Amino acid sequence: MAEFTFSTEQQELRKAVRRFAADNFDEETVRRLMESDPRFDPKVWARLGAELGVLGLAVPESAGGVGGTLVDQAVAVEELGAALACGPLFGTVYLAIPALVAASAGAARDELLPELIEGRKTAAFAVADQAGAFDPAAVTLTATDGDVTVSGTVARVVDADAADVILVAANGSGGVGLYAVDAAAAQRTNLVTLDLTRPQADLEFASAPAQLIAGPDEAERVITHALQVGSVLLAVEQVGASQHLLDIAVEYAKTRLQFGRPIGSFQAVKHRLADLLVDVEHARSTAYHAVWALTDGSDDPALAASIAQATCSAAFSRVARDAIQTLGGIGFTWEHQAHLYFKRATTDAALLGSAEQHRDRVAKLVLDTAAVERVPDVAVGVPR
Amino acid sequence: MSTAADSERVADLARQVVADHNPKSVPIPDYLGACYDAGLSWVHFPEEQGGLGVSRGLQAVADGILQGAGGPVPLGLNPMGYGMAAPTIREHAQSDDLKKSWLRPLATTEDIWCQLFSEPGAGSDLAGLATSAVPDGDEWVINGQKVWTSLAHRARWGLLLARTNPDVPKHKGLTYFVIDMHGPGVETRPLRQLTGQAEFNEVYFTDARIPDAHRLGDVGNGWAVAMTTLMNERSALGGSGSRRGAGTISDAVGLWASRPDLHTPVLRDRLTQLWLRSEAQRLTSERSRASAGVGGPGPEGSIGKLVGAELNQHIYQWCMDLLGPEGVLYHNYNLLDEEDSEADWRGPVQQRFLRSRANTIEGGTSDVMRNILGERVLGLPGDLRADAGMPWKEIPRG
Repeated sequence: MAEFTFSTEQQELRKAVRRFAADNFDEETVRRLMESDPRFDPKVWARLGAELGVLGLAVPESAGGVGGTLVDQAVAVEELGAALACGPLFGTVYLAIPALVAASAGAARDELLPELIEGRKTAAFAVADQAGAFDPAAVTLTATDGDVTVSGTVARVVDADAADVILVAANGSGGVGLYAVDAAAAQRTNLVTLDLTRPQADLEFASAPAQLIAGPDEAERVITHALQVGSVLLAVEQVGASQHLLDIAVEYAKTRLQFGRPIGSFQAVKHRLADLLVDVEHARSTAYHAVWALTDGSDDPALAASIAQATCSAAFSRVARDAIQTLGGIGFTWEHQAHLYFKRATTDAALLGSAEQHRDRVAKLVLDTAAVERVPDVAVGVPR
Repeated sequence: MSTAADSERVADLARQVVADHNPKSVPIPDYLGACYDAGLSWVHFPEEQGGLGVSRGLQAVADGILQGAGGPVPLGLNPMGYGMAAPTIREHAQSDDLKKSWLRPLATTEDIWCQLFSEPGAGSDLAGLATSAVPDGDEWVINGQKVWTSLAHRARWGLLLARTNPDVPKHKGLTYFVIDMHGPGVETRPLRQLTGQAEFNEVYFTDARIPDAHRLGDVGNGWAVAMTTLMNERSALGGSGSRRGAGTISDAVGLWASRPDLHTPVLRDRLTQLWLRSEAQRLTSERSRASAGVGGPGPEGSIGKLVGAELNQHIYQWCMDLLGPEGVLYHNYNLLDEEDSEADWRGPVQQRFLRSRANTIEGGTSDVMRNILGERVLGLPGDLRADAGMPWKEIPRG
């Protein structure tokens, strides 16, 4: 499983997901779904799970999955991201399933995991992150023992609007645990989101019946793992969407004529697109590296995830801005798909830590600890 | 495609060279000569021309063993020779005898090579060059001036692009030659650059002569031959080390770690951005190696050239910004009698800062690199050319 090398099966998987997305997440369908309730088609979601089998590709066979790797999951996510596929990918695939996989086996986990993988149920991950990392001290929800219940509020939970199950972190008597709550037991307030394809809801729990997924002995590890996998899959989604948008901008620059020539022949336009190409290639390299780092342990997962998030958030945002500039007036219309990607780029950049927050984390891991080793020579004005 | 058998053969031959020629005691030309004779200089070249006729990707196997044992890095000793001349000679020289007579002393570094392309009037628009080659019997007579020629003062042979027909459009009137740098009518003068040093030269030709046998490719086909050379130059310039934090960024991180008294949050974030871009480019090179494996350099190499050049400039600019008033000092501007073309890169940070201004100009300007990425990778249409189809002699110059 050499880094950056996809197997024949993975290339076939990519083609299959791309075909499925072309048939089920074409632009017209995405526009219809993003203004429906719920904001995805449960039948298509179930087909993604049961027919295509791409919702839990990295789930081991012992936990009821197909025993693939995060590389397989990333291949599928990149193609779904390119199409802005509607459905609770963020809540269910990026975060909830990785959390359940990381948790010890137990009745609640073992019952829920297959439902999510098969696409029969969806989940949201209502654990407030600190820029993509977990801080147990920031958990405000409380849990009771005995008849287990949780209470408290969590704001702006992605994919919670229509989720069947909510995973929450709450303070029990023994410390912070991860719990599953039936969404029907929560008070939900759906929010109007900038990106209509990525819904959010505020959640309020008042002694809502809950099941313990990960106790205080492992909750921090489980949640940290989920946030790292989520950050990396989000980065991969950003790569897929960036490439799609760059392709659209390049195609337009080749065919749009002004002053009697294609606008892509002007260097002002050509050089901007060349810079976007570099950014997309860089983003792809960092995202794939992080996927492999989490798969085979070849790099520090926290550092690899932050390198990818810092790079991919910045790249997708820039591609989205500059694609609209390249498209000109048509790129500012509701009719053109560019704004859907621009809103996704802005949203993705803010989720699980901004580029700036991940840069700060990289600085902590790389610069703040750098040893005084090879100090370059500095001239001091004395002839030599 | 390479096979495991090929790989094992290359490794066996390399181990044999190391066993028979201890790189720590044998003189460099003898060691590199043994590598050449074993077919390990360019493993994808034909046998008896320094190669084995196996996949190019296996060069890393040979180099790993030969250099791992303490052998020299030949690309550093004869950069134009190994990186540019060898592939061009191999593809275009007129006879196998000539190929062998050029390639072996090139490989041993006894013959240093230089590249005579740029002229005062032809930089980015290389095809507009004016140095003339006029036939005289079975020789060509050369007149004109070249500039920015590294190693011309030490070179035995030069790769020369000259105009053989001024009456046709510029790309069509060029022919590619190998010129004897020691021959009459060839004069080399050092060209002092803004760092104070002179790692390049100007070369003047006054009725210099080249036998027709030293022509590479057909008369009028020089542009196509030159592309072989240039694509190899860009991939050579764009290559970078594969260890995280290595290369130019290590200067900045080293300086940062040594000067906590100068830390500010803004400088920290700027350095992090530079570190991240270095890392993203390093990973991109790794990914490109993993997916290409075999085959020659392509336009994707232009990403490495473009990013590497701009990163060098930004990194040394950051060093100067960190140092502030301490940084605006120098050691001296005396022109050193230096045989070493890389001297500027071994100087203090300020000298590297000054030297880095050339990075976005040499080996293809960043503006041209963006054209290449736009046109050859993204497939965007070319710019309008005011000289399209015009005979070279009618193109306005200046």
